[in-house]
Amino acid sequence: MVYLSLVVLIPLSATFIRSLDLGIGHFWTVVTAPRVVASLRLSFGAALLAACVSALFGLIIAWVLVRYAFPGRRLIDAMIDLPFALPTAVAGIALTALYTPNGWLGRVLGPLGIEVAFKPLGVVVALIFIGLPFVVRTLQPVLEELDAEVEQAAATLGASEWQTFVRVILPALWPALLTGFALAFARAVGEYGSVIFIAGNMPMRSEIAPLLIITRLEQYDYAGATAIAVVMLVLSFALMLAINALQSWALTRHGGQR
Amino acid sequence: MNAPPEVAAGYELPTLRTMSGGDPRRGVRWGRLVLIAVALAFLTAFLLLPLLVVFTQALSKGVASYLAAISDPMAWASIKLTLWVAGIAVPMNMVFGIAAAWAITKFEFRGKSTLITLIDLPFAVSPVIAGLAYILIFGAHGWFGPWLQAHDIRVVFAVPGIVLATLFVTFPFVARELIPVMQTLGRDDEETALSLGASGWQTFWHVTLPNIRWGLLYGVLLCNARAMGEFGAVSVVSGHIRGLTNTMPLHVEILYNEYNYAAAFAVASLLALLALLTLAAKSILEWRQPELRAGGRRT
Repeated sequence: MVYLSLVVLIPLSATFIRSLDLGIGHFWTVVTAPRVVASLRLSFGAALLAACVSALFGLIIAWVLVRYAFPGRRLIDAMIDLPFALPTAVAGIALTALYTPNGWLGRVLGPLGIEVAFKPLGVVVALIFIGLPFVVRTLQPVLEELDAEVEQAAATLGASEWQTFVRVILPALWPALLTGFALAFARAVGEYGSVIFIAGNMPMRSEIAPLLIITRLEQYDYAGATAIAVVMLVLSFALMLAINALQSWALTRHGGQR
Repeated sequence: MNAPPEVAAGYELPTLRTMSGGDPRRGVRWGRLVLIAVALAFLTAFLLLPLLVVFTQALSKGVASYLAAISDPMAWASIKLTLWVAGIAVPMNMVFGIAAAWAITKFEFRGKSTLITLIDLPFAVSPVIAGLAYILIFGAHGWFGPWLQAHDIRVVFAVPGIVLATLFVTFPFVARELIPVMQTLGRDDEETALSLGASGWQTFWHVTLPNIRWGLLYGVLLCNARAMGEFGAVSVVSGHIRGLTNTMPLHVEILYNEYNYAAAFAVASLLALLALLTLAAKSILEWRQPELRAGGRRT
């Protein structure tokens, strides 16, 4: 437990304590500077959007992997964890190479008027990559354990496949879907390695908050870096608490169906 | 638990019977095909293509320049440093992981749930903030900065800082995998061994360790992948001194920012290979020990 406090707790509390050095007035000036606000909005907004996309496609992928048998399913199942195992810097340069105007996907999307690399959209793409396995991996065990009888009952009572899905399966999946969403979101907010290559990092437009922290550090502006870090920590803890509350609400409401 | 195919097929039968109009089988088939196609297309775009692009870019200037890039002295230094850092951080977190999982599953004490939350904390904190925290403590203007300078000890912008940052981000992996495994095992085996006169250490070595070895291996595997690939936290504390404090992911970044794309992707391809090896080993472990899957996905 000493080890825990040495490695985790002391560093984190140091961040909070050092931010007090600033004084409230100065702290407020630092964190409400337009560049800081823009970077925070991008970090949280892109993470939110990416977590939504991950949740939607993660649900489809988990469903397909659990319910349908098709060739290569096991291989694909193993591949899902790639974003966990692939170093983020590698993911970053790979995604950038794919989506630059002359990359494999950039070449296709460019003429359609969709620019991904070096734009805020690029940030979202990188964060989807990072967040996807969280959703799939939290949904899979729940889908596997769903009671087949409930669905059969719904079907014999005349519900269509879609009705069964919306009225019977989805309510049972809500808690797991929320957990996956929350994990993907938490990871995406703080993500650095995979984003900085594809984002283009233009202040006010495609600069994420963790990058701004590093920029401040490189300018020896320790107080500024700490202030941004504290805002990020507080915001993400608050959001996680909200998601937790939502989740326990979903659990009590649909608990009977699990 | 994987649902056997016959169960999966059983889901559809009643639906087929009750669907109205047209050929019911066709409706189900189309829905299934569309879903599979959507899932595969999404996975191809987001997982498969990035992986392929790493290797094609790495070999884009031919095998000779690929070999030259990875045998460059600076690349070698970064590979060695990465192995060193993982070699220190992984065993330390392994020992901690076993101790924490042991304490949480075998004893009752106050603040247990708080401890579990704290173990997961590094997952919720941005790696960049973790790195920043270490600078605030050990950096030149940090709490211990002046003392460290007076004694000529370098932590930040040197190898110890990199090890510390890696410890922080890989902190939860082993404990998280072991806690569910040890929870299912209970403490009966240990109590039997102890009552038969085995010492605490003998009990651990001959009873507990064989029981948890697969879970432990699984956790160490994930811990190691993250330790070797960590970028954000290490990038903050390393100072980017070439040949001295540059780990492999940082070396990739430097080469990339110098527009030396082929070399950057060459080093990146080594890390990608590591990731593929990790996934393969993980899948093999999961097929041998199906209960690990549930443990790994515990949230």
